[in-house]
Amino acid sequence: MPEPDNRHVVTLEINGTRKTVAVEARKLLVHLIREDLGLTGTHVGCDTSQCGACTVEIDGLAIKSCTVLAVMADGASITTIEGLTDIGAELSPVQAAFHEHHALQCGFCTPGMVMSVRQLLRDQPNPSEHDIRHGLAGNICRCTGYHNIVRAIESLASKGDQP
Amino acid sequence: MNDTTAIRLIGQPLKRQEDFKFLAGKGRYVDDVRLPGMLHMAVLRSPHAHAKIRNVDLSAAKVAPGVRLVLSGKALAGKIGPIVPNWVIPGSKVPFRPVVATDCVRFVGECVALVVAETLAEAYDAVGRIEVEYDVLPAVIDEEVAIREGAPQLHDNVPGNITTIYKVRGGDYQNAARAADHVIGLRVVNNRLIPTCMETRAIVASPEPDGTLTVYIGSQVPHMHRRWIAETVGIPEHQLRVVAPDIGGGFGAKMHLYPEDLLCPYLARELDAPVKWWESRSESHQSTSHGRAHTENIEVAFRNDGKILGLKVETLGNVGAYLSNMASGGPTVNTVNFGTGTYKIDDYEAISRVVVTNTVPVDAYRGYGRPEGAYIAERAIDAVARHLKLDQVDVRRKNFVQPAEFPYRPYGSTGVMYDSGNYQGLLDKALAAFDYEGRRSECQALRGSGIYRGIGVAAYTHMCGMAPSRRLAMSGFDRGGWESARVSIDSSGRATIYSGSMSQGQGHITSLSQIAADVLQIPIEDIDIVQGDTRQVQAGHGTFNSRSMAVGGSSVHVSSQRIVAKAKKIAAGMLEVDEKDVSYSAGAFSVPGTDIAPVTFPKVARMAYVGHKLPDGVAPGLDETVFYDPTGMGSPSGVHLAYVEVDPETGIVDILDYVAVDDVGTLINPRLAAGQIHGGVVQGIAQALYEEVSYDPDNGQLLTGSLLDYAVPRAEHVPNIRSLFQQTASPTNPIGVKGIGESGSIAAPPCMVHAVLDALSPFGIKHLDMPLTPPRVWAAVQQARMGAAQ
Repeated sequence: MPEPDNRHVVTLEINGTRKTVAVEARKLLVHLIREDLGLTGTHVGCDTSQCGACTVEIDGLAIKSCTVLAVMADGASITTIEGLTDIGAELSPVQAAFHEHHALQCGFCTPGMVMSVRQLLRDQPNPSEHDIRHGLAGNICRCTGYHNIVRAIESLASKGDQP
Repeated sequence: MNDTTAIRLIGQPLKRQEDFKFLAGKGRYVDDVRLPGMLHMAVLRSPHAHAKIRNVDLSAAKVAPGVRLVLSGKALAGKIGPIVPNWVIPGSKVPFRPVVATDCVRFVGECVALVVAETLAEAYDAVGRIEVEYDVLPAVIDEEVAIREGAPQLHDNVPGNITTIYKVRGGDYQNAARAADHVIGLRVVNNRLIPTCMETRAIVASPEPDGTLTVYIGSQVPHMHRRWIAETVGIPEHQLRVVAPDIGGGFGAKMHLYPEDLLCPYLARELDAPVKWWESRSESHQSTSHGRAHTENIEVAFRNDGKILGLKVETLGNVGAYLSNMASGGPTVNTVNFGTGTYKIDDYEAISRVVVTNTVPVDAYRGYGRPEGAYIAERAIDAVARHLKLDQVDVRRKNFVQPAEFPYRPYGSTGVMYDSGNYQGLLDKALAAFDYEGRRSECQALRGSGIYRGIGVAAYTHMCGMAPSRRLAMSGFDRGGWESARVSIDSSGRATIYSGSMSQGQGHITSLSQIAADVLQIPIEDIDIVQGDTRQVQAGHGTFNSRSMAVGGSSVHVSSQRIVAKAKKIAAGMLEVDEKDVSYSAGAFSVPGTDIAPVTFPKVARMAYVGHKLPDGVAPGLDETVFYDPTGMGSPSGVHLAYVEVDPETGIVDILDYVAVDDVGTLINPRLAAGQIHGGVVQGIAQALYEEVSYDPDNGQLLTGSLLDYAVPRAEHVPNIRSLFQQTASPTNPIGVKGIGESGSIAAPPCMVHAVLDALSPFGIKHLDMPLTPPRVWAAVQQARMGAAQ
């Protein structure tokens, strides 16, 4: 059973700020982000690493944060959806394209989707529709039928902007 | 004077105002609610489909770390519950459903015991320490098996496992069958689905210092949940506040009363602390309602020229172990009433049986009954075309209800009336966009080289926004058909609108603002929409049955009209003219033909609140509430076409094109409307090609117990959707709008099945049941080839 001395100290950088928290060994990174750091934009949509709603960037790579134990993130630099926009600031290009193309409805999958799309565009700045659809294989959206998500990504292809 | 509408936002493809919080990660869903001292509930669920509970040993769980309370069903019996359905078709036998099982479990996933602990991890740990002894009983999963003699019986008061028998009849089917050149039969399965909102269910119940209780729940129907929780837990309704924050998809699954909705409020009051429950995805597969799960036997009588004379339907609707919230209405009123679809079939006979089985309860899922009804009509007409080797388009054209026949009552029905439509127009538009003739030739040409392409067609209509209230009593629906809206103008002339509708992603903040702006003639930026809080919103029924624009939107429209009417009276007083001489447009009250300076809406609003100069008989304030009860229901319709290629060696279906032409009456926002079609069509494609809940037929184990096993489509599994519209205004509401949310999931399943069957027609394959997975298609091709070789 979790006693205070069974906790592990994790130090990480989250959205540019250094944080230190003590966690149970079994705690997943997504729960550290949501519960210990209060960043609830990262969502839990399944329990088998299928849906991608919990996708964040760890040291610059989009990763499902339910596949990582919190203790494994010690020393890592993490960006969540909250790290992409300051309050009142303009949306990042991927976020703005999602708004422009109505690529979100209920919004639950959106943060994870945005983080995955950023990775997709880093890997393939000029993706074909096939590349886009294949590249979204790790994220489930139940509302949009993906149609407008694909349109949003196409609008960003080869724009040369940082996603 | 006539008012003009300088501000005209209805029909504009505005971008959504609500996007920014979601894109920035600032959406607030129930799982994001964190309260001081909040405890966590976890539920022990039955591992058996059918068993007697011999003993529940809670002792080890009670002493586990962090545990505050452990209860079995026996401890709750008589204190809360039972769970009763909200829609009970007259004559139904309603099984007794305790909140937590006491003596018997009837499906894998049924609540058996619960733990409340200080953390969720501790609650899960303690659930693992509860010991239950069961005597396993034989289980029945399939609706056809469940009604056979000797089948395991679920409830003493439901003999033969049939809760409800519902009949519909018009004309004389037997006479039609005698007059017909052909009568063919068809058995179709409407596969069981899991709605799969990306946000699972969650609930937080929090006792307030003033003795009231606040319940945060992702509810499509917040005021209905307030009533149900109040009545089932025993809390005065006015002391219960239901807050529905942002909802991560609903699709019908979040409009029912579930055990956890009752447990958290009860436990929060018992423990005097906030209690939260969050549903894991795998838990969701066995605790949140499923959809569809029908078997239909169809008989269709027709002439040599393809004219259908009569249709006979026998529906078996599998509703799982208990009658969930609306369960007796789905396979009955919502399905067989619509069995003739867009076709003029005067002689119609249908019987529906609602069947209990040892499975997760089945209830509303996007379309609820109308997809099943449309599937009956469409599979029937497709079978007629196939049987006569006639073109599937020609046969539909021959049987369509004609534009001059609206309002149309199919088979002389008293309950069903299609208010308006133009099916030929939809079909023509779809064929042109699709290049039907060109593709028909292409299919033929490619078959010679072993490429199997096919075209699918499906037409649908249905009725949205169940109303008027007085009609709902007849079908045993224990709620009204109205929706409420309050338009409150502040002293600066800005509007706050309290709407009883409840968005789960549809974009009501934007679409309802468009409706209000057109009437109020004020900038859309000056309008705020409030939903999902029973303490703020006066009353409501919520969002389901594609009712929010037609009923909720109309209530906003009418209450906005009342604001303008009162404001005009006040303006006339300020202008010192007769009210009938005042004209209103773009936020200014003017007196045309005079040089009197206009007075603005904000100035009138200020006058309404200071009350310094109001005409006699006009009370201060500018605040109107409307309970809008429609006179009838609008009927959306549509024609969808799909183009597929089937690989006979792998069974893989590749979707090459999909065209949807939908008539939703007046389009409020074409951008959002197309989004509803995209999402609905993909859920329909998912039913046709990928998704199916599987149970082990011998022991009732749920085999599709997680998202690893249940095939929700990814982006690469679905095509682009070409969404087009036709606008035939509904005469049943002041805006002319019809529902749209369910259209895609109604049209797409038959459309996809027909496309695949068309591609497989060279093999002589006439019918396959959904989902048309590669193994199923491949096996059918293999079987056809073996048959041909013999």
